[in-house]
Amino acid sequence: MTLTIEKLSVKYGPVQILHEISFSHVKGEVLCIIGPNGSGKSTLIKTLAGILDPCEGTITLDKRDVSEISRNEVAKRIGYVPQDFQYLTSSTVLEAVILGRRPHVQWSLTRHDLAKVDTAMEMLNITSMAEKMLTEVSGGERQRVFIARAIAQEPDYFLFDEPTSALDIRHQIDVFQMIKNIAGSKNRSVLVAVHDLNFAYHYADRVILLDEGKIVSMGTVDEVMTEDNIISVYGVPMQFIKTDAGRYVLPDWKKAEERIPARPVNVM
Amino acid sequence: MLFALLFLLFLTFIYALNSGSYHLPFDRIFTILYQSVTNPGLLESTPSEKIVVIDFRLPRVLLAILTGISLAIAGCVMQALLRNPLVSPFTLGLSSAASFGAAMAIVFGGSIMPFIPPEFQNGVIILCAFLLGWLSILLIYGISRMKGSSSATLILAGVVIGYIFTAGVMILKYLTNDEKLREITLWLMGGMWGANWGAVVIVAPITLLCFLYLESLAWDLNTLSAGDDVAKNLGVNVNGLRIKGLLISTLAASACLAFTGIIGFIGLMGPHIGRMLIGNDNRYLIPCSALLGGLILLISDTAARTIMDPIEIPVGVIMYVIGGIFFMFLILRGKHRVIT
Repeated sequence: MTLTIEKLSVKYGPVQILHEISFSHVKGEVLCIIGPNGSGKSTLIKTLAGILDPCEGTITLDKRDVSEISRNEVAKRIGYVPQDFQYLTSSTVLEAVILGRRPHVQWSLTRHDLAKVDTAMEMLNITSMAEKMLTEVSGGERQRVFIARAIAQEPDYFLFDEPTSALDIRHQIDVFQMIKNIAGSKNRSVLVAVHDLNFAYHYADRVILLDEGKIVSMGTVDEVMTEDNIISVYGVPMQFIKTDAGRYVLPDWKKAEERIPARPVNVM
Repeated sequence: MLFALLFLLFLTFIYALNSGSYHLPFDRIFTILYQSVTNPGLLESTPSEKIVVIDFRLPRVLLAILTGISLAIAGCVMQALLRNPLVSPFTLGLSSAASFGAAMAIVFGGSIMPFIPPEFQNGVIILCAFLLGWLSILLIYGISRMKGSSSATLILAGVVIGYIFTAGVMILKYLTNDEKLREITLWLMGGMWGANWGAVVIVAPITLLCFLYLESLAWDLNTLSAGDDVAKNLGVNVNGLRIKGLLISTLAASACLAFTGIIGFIGLMGPHIGRMLIGNDNRYLIPCSALLGGLILLISDTAARTIMDPIEIPVGVIMYVIGGIFFMFLILRGKHRVIT
């Protein structure tokens, strides 16, 4: 079970966002995509999710080109959890999770579909809030709802686009543990675009470092998240710390502030 | 719930057939309906009853139900497609365009369609209203081809097109004589005056086919509520769905409006009440809205022709009153589930 991307290029109008991206993603792996704002992380995730069309290159699922597979079949294989949730405001938690069954149902939900929805909701511990409106639950709970929807979709590949960007540290850890669990115990592949380098450092099996739509480095955490790579891409001096409690990536504040001088701001 | 609404619609249907200046006992209504199907020859012995029930009231009642169904499903589907609970055939410029078509036909008469014989003058109004109604959605489609089919683009395009056609109607009203001005005003108020079996025979299959097609899109419409990106990932062809859904719902609405004139609020009230009764699932919401739309318009039309009997009030006026009160109720109720 492999998702293979070869020489993938994507344009927004005349502007090229991704340039000849190639990599493979295998079963049971958490692959984190890191890179500064505008590096193409979300574009890559959206292209793999079937939301954007590539202008060049191929995406193959188990050696089959996805452009030759029906939308519905691809939807059964690749699930997507977006970065923002401005929609579904008039839906209940249950209705939102049920949508994950869309690629599998013709008209009525079968017992099997409902069982999958129940299982997904139990996994994410949201069964008790099934009848609540999405506007009535917290940001962390809403994130769980959308992960449950992706689980109910039963894909082989999960794509997460900055899933913790609006969450506090407790919920960020919670979400990443779920992601690790999906890859580990469920034996699915997970691709996560992430801003916080510490999460990539701690949870990733492999890392892709993107800059200006190109892969700068790809490999294990230790291979990719080196001082040279991070400084050259982010332009910020970093410190890599290993303790008994874990591994950390922290900015070297003094050097960073010297490198990035404060801009004068006129407050009216 | 759907069966309860269907039963209620049936009761209202019988009541509406019985309402009017010419009184008949209820059992006689059933007998006339039964005989008209099984043995029409028997009705010739009571020609006045046949004329009142079969030739006048029945097509009118059926057209009211069909129009209510069409406008309600069009509103329901448009709201789902554009993820905006305040969208209706009116928001997207359809009614303004149909009004312009009708006003043109009234002002210029048969000269704009010389191939239609003078005795079918009314047909020119119907055809112009229908064609212009469709033109509005084709214009929106054209804009979406150039600028993308996001819901914001489509709504803005609809509003702009609506204003342009409204300006056209105003110019025609300003330039024409008093007699035609009155005719345009009456058409804009909407009513079931144009009801006859010919209208029912045209509108019924269009409504049925549009309903079945739109109902087949229900799962995709549900999925669209999660946003375009998630819907695409879940296998929905979002752009295709929006265009097909808008074209078919416009077909249903414009086919009815062409015969009845402008009837507002059904496309908003039907789906909103439906959501309160049955929730957001379009598989059930579309038929529920359809039944509610038919029911509301049938009650309104029956009230319009009996409330000041023998004077008939345009049903569009009744709908504006009911619609206004209904939306005031929604605002005061303040439930975000209904209007978000």
